Amino acid sequence: MAKATFKVPDLTQYTEVPAIQPGAMAHSQPFIAKAEFQEPLGYPGELVENWQERAIEKMGELLGKYRSLRVYMDACVKCGACTDKCHYFLGTADPKNMPVGRQDLMRKVYRRYFTLAGKLFPKLVGAEDFTKEVLDDWYSYFHQCSQCRRCSVFCPYGIDTAEISMAAREIMDAIGVGQKYCNEIIGKVYKVGNNLGLPGPALIDTLEGLEEDVYDDTGVRVRYPIDQEGAEILLVTPSADFFAEPHVDGLIGYGKVFHEAGISWTLSTHASEAANFGMFIGSYENMHRVAQRIREAAIKLKVKRIVFGECGHAWRVAYSFLNTLAGPWDFLDPRYPVPQHICEFTYELIQQGKLKFDKSENDDKVLTYHDSCNVARASRMGNVPGGQFEIPRAIIRATCNNFYDMDEDTIRDRTFCCGGGGGLLTDDLMELRVKGAKPRLDALNNVIQEKGVTHMAAICAICKTQFSKVFPYYGLEMDQIISLHQLVGDAIVLTPGPEDDEPDDDDDDD
Amino acid sequence: MAFLTNFYAFLFYFAACVLVAGLARKIIQYALTPAPLKIPTTPAPTTQRGVVLRMMREVVLFESLFRGNKWTWIFGWMFHFGLFLVTLRHLRYFIDPVWFPIQLVQPFGIYGGIAMVVGLAGLWARRFLVDRVKYITSTSDHLILGLLVAIGCTGLLMKFVFHVDVVEIKTFFLGLYSYDIQPLPADPLLLLHLLLVALLMIIFPYSKLLHMPGLFFSPTRNQVDNPREQRHIAPWASKLEQR
Ligand code: HEM
Ligand code: SF4
Ligand code: SF4
Repeated sequence: MAKATFKVPDLTQYTEVPAIQPGAMAHSQPFIAKAEFQEPLGYPGELVENWQERAIEKMGELLGKYRSLRVYMDACVKCGACTDKCHYFLGTADPKNMPVGRQDLMRKVYRRYFTLAGKLFPKLVGAEDFTKEVLDDWYSYFHQCSQCRRCSVFCPYGIDTAEISMAAREIMDAIGVGQKYCNEIIGKVYKVGNNLGLPGPALIDTLEGLEEDVYDDTGVRVRYPIDQEGAEILLVTPSADFFAEPHVDGLIGYGKVFHEAGISWTLSTHASEAANFGMFIGSYENMHRVAQRIREAAIKLKVKRIVFGECGHAWRVAYSFLNTLAGPWDFLDPRYPVPQHICEFTYELIQQGKLKFDKSENDDKVLTYHDSCNVARASRMGNVPGGQFEIPRAIIRATCNNFYDMDEDTIRDRTFCCGGGGGLLTDDLMELRVKGAKPRLDALNNVIQEKGVTHMAAICAICKTQFSKVFPYYGLEMDQIISLHQLVGDAIVLTPGPEDDEPDDDDDDD
Repeated sequence: MAFLTNFYAFLFYFAACVLVAGLARKIIQYALTPAPLKIPTTPAPTTQRGVVLRMMREVVLFESLFRGNKWTWIFGWMFHFGLFLVTLRHLRYFIDPVWFPIQLVQPFGIYGGIAMVVGLAGLWARRFLVDRVKYITSTSDHLILGLLVAIGCTGLLMKFVFHVDVVEIKTFFLGLYSYDIQPLPADPLLLLHLLLVALLMIIFPYSKLLHMPGLFFSPTRNQVDNPREQRHIAPWASKLEQR
């Protein structure tokens, strides 16, 4: 059981806005990346000598490269609409976790070095030199933002604190102050191909095991192919899907859907990771380099379509950025969007009546659905705005009898982040993760009490990992979070293939 | 007397230059800075037309703020709509003959002035009463509110209590167009009112009042949600492509 060294908040019926407690989370900092994790990404190994000068120079460069940063630094009127919107503020009460409080950590430096008012009257406009203390605050609080964009929904100018956190992390990386968790992981992708550092043979092994499990379970041979040249679809999924519950049940579900669709598909050892942590550290270059692996795999395997598995930030990079980073996709089948989400794929088959479900298979559960932040506010599914909300729900309704939504204020584009997104899913930030999960868990607890909900489905590897870790702190069971495609996989009625009668002499063809 | 008139004439030439040049510089800077990635806050419109509508709702109705905080919305919208009516009403000093719609708006301009001051008072009160808003408020935020309240109050005082000769004021401003400096009434209230307005024009391009042009350039609000259909790439980013 989880043992906490901090006070776990009590769940409340509605998430109350706390009175501010300055400095409440000043101690929260993730481990710093050592040189071995910095250098492969092209960053200095430790704090450089003239760091202040370099940081300001980098900030100037980013202000010229990103209109978002430039406009957001100027536009905030301190109206306060965002102040009670961040789950980290609601969970910790630290005013520097109010989105505008977080932005101001950068804005005060921006004003000091880049605006007339801040150069002439720093005190008046709250401008400050970039001192070691300010850098320290940056490292703390820009690693207390999960880049979930909830603040940007309510800001009258759409100021997105995620953009500012990304820029801050890039500036810190440039002066040698990187975060171990993210930078080590990106290094693993370059070396091995995925975040978890699972080498090709291990993946092949896992998938063979899955095929056997599914066969034992259902009596039907469902294939889980990898590196299969000439397949129709390349599936890119978070590496967590190969690794552990509840993720792997989602992967089992995808395979069953492809089986029923009768479309050939393959995973890739080279692009065995959907997530792109380059985004978390705000590095276009690293994001570009990670994304190229998907293009390379698609070309090498001669696929015609690309489909992404369940992952939130990954889907943001895939949906919103992949065309920019690794396109154009003119060598793929133009009849399909590139890339597609596995939910879009499954939903389309449901619409066409190609999937048969036995909903009663899921009757042991009463479900609710967690809109993952980056799917909800930074992407889309289908061809109408808001498809990212309706399509997953439609899939749940098609596969389950018992489904209830959480409070409207906490779902769809107003959804709360799980508390572990944006590169914060690391044990050195456990206090932040537990406290940041409170708003989501308040709403979940409500439907548990009122509707008898037993499980929450999600379509993000980070959400799933985060919830299975923090649920126990709040007295819930870790297996109450499940993959959406587990529901699909459990309810789907599989069609036996010709070889399913004689299971013994089935050779694997490579 | 002549000194005062000349001083105010110079002040308004100067303020107008700072406002126009400063805003132009900022707008050009915003326009020239690329937005390398598609980052609209979704659900977002999938067509340009939809984006124009979204932006109009933000400008006219403060849609996002409405979802965010009702009190701030009420006071904020009251203030801005009031300011808008007041500005329309003031056009009569700057055009001759006065267009018919501007004539129509005159009485509403007065209500606008009152709404503006009430709205500002509400917004200011929040800065003392709500601990979160108090925390993020800096001296400049108080000063700008004070400036606008002072402009509003001096204006209303001239309307309701100490009347001034509006015909002479109009002659003064119309004269400025052709560098023909006409005498300005030496009424202390009027002089204060005009001084504050000039100050507002000067600080506009150097303060948070940049939210006005900023909104139109905000990528989370002005981008079309079509990244899969249309490849979007910034010039600096395309240099990374080595194929
Ligand atoms: C396109 C035109 C404009 C739009 C859409 C707009 C929108 C907004 C919004 C949504 C707010 C936040 C809510 C609030 O505090 O009222 C705000 C604040 C503010 N606006 Fe505007 N505005 C515009 C033009 C102007 C102009 C021309 C001025 C003035 C001279 C101005 C002065 C202010 C001030 C002083 C605040 C801050 C109020 C405070 O301190 O609480 N705005 N604006
Ligand atoms: S992006 Fe999310 S985590 Fe970051 S400040 Fe905004 S609401 Fe908080
Ligand atoms: S909602 Fe936007 S403008 Fe208002 S305080 Fe927050 S960031 Fe600033």
